[in-house]
Amino acid sequence: MLPAVDLFEYQGKQFFKGYGMPVSDGEVAFSVDEAVAAAERLGTPVMVKAQVHTGGRGKAGGVKFAASVDDVQNHASNILGLDINGHIVRRLWIEKASDISEEYYASFTLDRSAKKHLGMLSAEGGVEIETVAAENPDAISKVLVDPAEGLTEEAARAWVEGANLNPAATDQAVEIMRKLYVAYTEGDADLVEINPLILTPEGRVHVLDAKVTLDANAVFRHDDYTQYDETQPRDEREEAAHAKGLQYVGLAGSVGVIANGAGLAMSTVDVVNQVGGKPANFLDIGGGANAQVMANALEVINNDPDVRAIFINIFGGITRGEEVANGIIGALDAVDIEAPIVLRLDGTNAAEGREILAPHLNEKLVMEPTMLDAARRAVAMAAA
Amino acid sequence: MSIFVNSDTKVVYQGLTGSQGRYYGMLNRDYGTNVVAGTNPRKAGTDVEGVPVFANCTEAVAATGANASCIFIPAPGVFTAVMDAAEAGIEFVACITEGVPAHDEARFFNMLKRDYPHVRLLGPNCPGIITPGECNIGITAGHIAKPGGPVGIVSRSGTLTYQALYELQQKDIGVTTCVGIGGDPVPGTSFIDCLEAFEADPDTKAVMMIGEIGGSAEEEAAAFIKDNMSKPVSSYIAGVTAPPGKKMGHAGAIVSGGKGTAAAKMDALRDAGVRVGLNPTEAGELMAEIVAEL
Repeated sequence: MLPAVDLFEYQGKQFFKGYGMPVSDGEVAFSVDEAVAAAERLGTPVMVKAQVHTGGRGKAGGVKFAASVDDVQNHASNILGLDINGHIVRRLWIEKASDISEEYYASFTLDRSAKKHLGMLSAEGGVEIETVAAENPDAISKVLVDPAEGLTEEAARAWVEGANLNPAATDQAVEIMRKLYVAYTEGDADLVEINPLILTPEGRVHVLDAKVTLDANAVFRHDDYTQYDETQPRDEREEAAHAKGLQYVGLAGSVGVIANGAGLAMSTVDVVNQVGGKPANFLDIGGGANAQVMANALEVINNDPDVRAIFINIFGGITRGEEVANGIIGALDAVDIEAPIVLRLDGTNAAEGREILAPHLNEKLVMEPTMLDAARRAVAMAAA
Repeated sequence: MSIFVNSDTKVVYQGLTGSQGRYYGMLNRDYGTNVVAGTNPRKAGTDVEGVPVFANCTEAVAATGANASCIFIPAPGVFTAVMDAAEAGIEFVACITEGVPAHDEARFFNMLKRDYPHVRLLGPNCPGIITPGECNIGITAGHIAKPGGPVGIVSRSGTLTYQALYELQQKDIGVTTCVGIGGDPVPGTSFIDCLEAFEADPDTKAVMMIGEIGGSAEEEAAAFIKDNMSKPVSSYIAGVTAPPGKKMGHAGAIVSGGKGTAAAKMDALRDAGVRVGLNPTEAGELMAEIVAEL
């Protein structure tokens, strides 16, 4: 399965704008000069907002009000390069400042248990919604929408009225919530969230922040979504694996893990931990396990300087043991692997596969009969 | 006995003419599955190694009496394929295809529930179902499953499904039916659907359940087991030590309500009397103990 696609705030706002929702005018800036130029075009006052894929920007000093262009210069130079929860700020969103009377929260996501879409709306916005849910759950108005039926005007109104917003906001909120539902469904989002949705002193309801996560499986019907690929947060190892089409998650240990199937890969990480080791990664090479895929996987792991041993865990289902064995031999020819490899090969024609591998075994390539034995051996090798 | 599929099941392969559909369709036929038809609107009237190809499921059912389907259509066509099978009156639909958009899954799940409540959908993104010795629909390697029972298997993960079958085969334990429900956000068939069917199946005496982190399906299954199951269950949850994945924002965290971690799932299962292994081998050993006690 492909990872979800996280949008920056400014991308989320442009996404919402495309569905007719009210957002503030703004521009992206990658430098102090660009920030200043943007503010001059927009006219002060503006907000200077760090664009990072993490929460808590405000607390970290990543969101500042700028009354003048001098302020923009000041804030932009402070915020660019700032480390917010391990995310370095590389881009800013300069946006016309809004006056705020009230702050609300709104979102749609899938309720996996109900197998329906869940809308949440609260008059207590601008704070962490988890806190509201824990301390004052009645302050969150919920609506379950049947995906086969959609969100009717009537249901949207009842939902909005249940949230006890300022009555002046009701009609606009109903309209915005219906558009939010369309953006969520037609835009193939896993999550759309507005926090805060604001009511201005002039009585306008307006989107002030945007969190959007798209379903990467739906990219085939949204050509423009490829633009978000380059703004996904990945470490160097993940970037290299992504370029090779591998399902890879970087971890902080010394045992490189390669397995076929997400469940088995997760299980392999579990077993390495259980026998006292620390996995360096999660890497699922899928069902096939041919020489090219195996070579790509080994190359990615080989480039991780922390890896001291590699555990390859393959269960042959439809893929036969001989194919797996030949794949590994081919990959070893193609890539010069530094760390020793421990292999566990089981399932269909495992005996034949092991026979093919037997003449290639040495101190850098060893085989163990079970997942647990192999994990113990790899952990011991990584510690040696 | 078995659940959902048996030697009387007649299967139409939607996408039989594609490379995956042909490969696995023929493997399934070699196993003994009644592979009676394929569909492809552009290749109606042709055949794949003797299996007739029809324009759609309705024509395939009329000509062959197919009562099940297996979908190998690429993800963009899955929505239409599922509805085509339902409209044809097919009662069991296994969708192997991975990468189906979650919004499509949510829509066809609820449309089936509303308009075709008799249809059982398995998947998408699942390995399929096997009643060993009788019927194998999907991509499971048939020879790693020992026929005859007494154990039923239900699993959310592909390769771990095979691992579970293999662990039992190594211990000479037979399987009534093994169902891979898949790990997508909206699975057509849930753990509970399978547990309920296994509880009702006289030949299934015990159930092995393989889960994964994320969502709350395992917790819901645990509650079902506690209240409704008389048969013993062993389990394994993959991802015990997985770091928190990409967080689905605040809304996602609220939907799961703090559920979804492996520890929470294992606790819920243990509380329901399930024997929980820390790895697939241990879950297999626990099942061997259960079988010895039967």
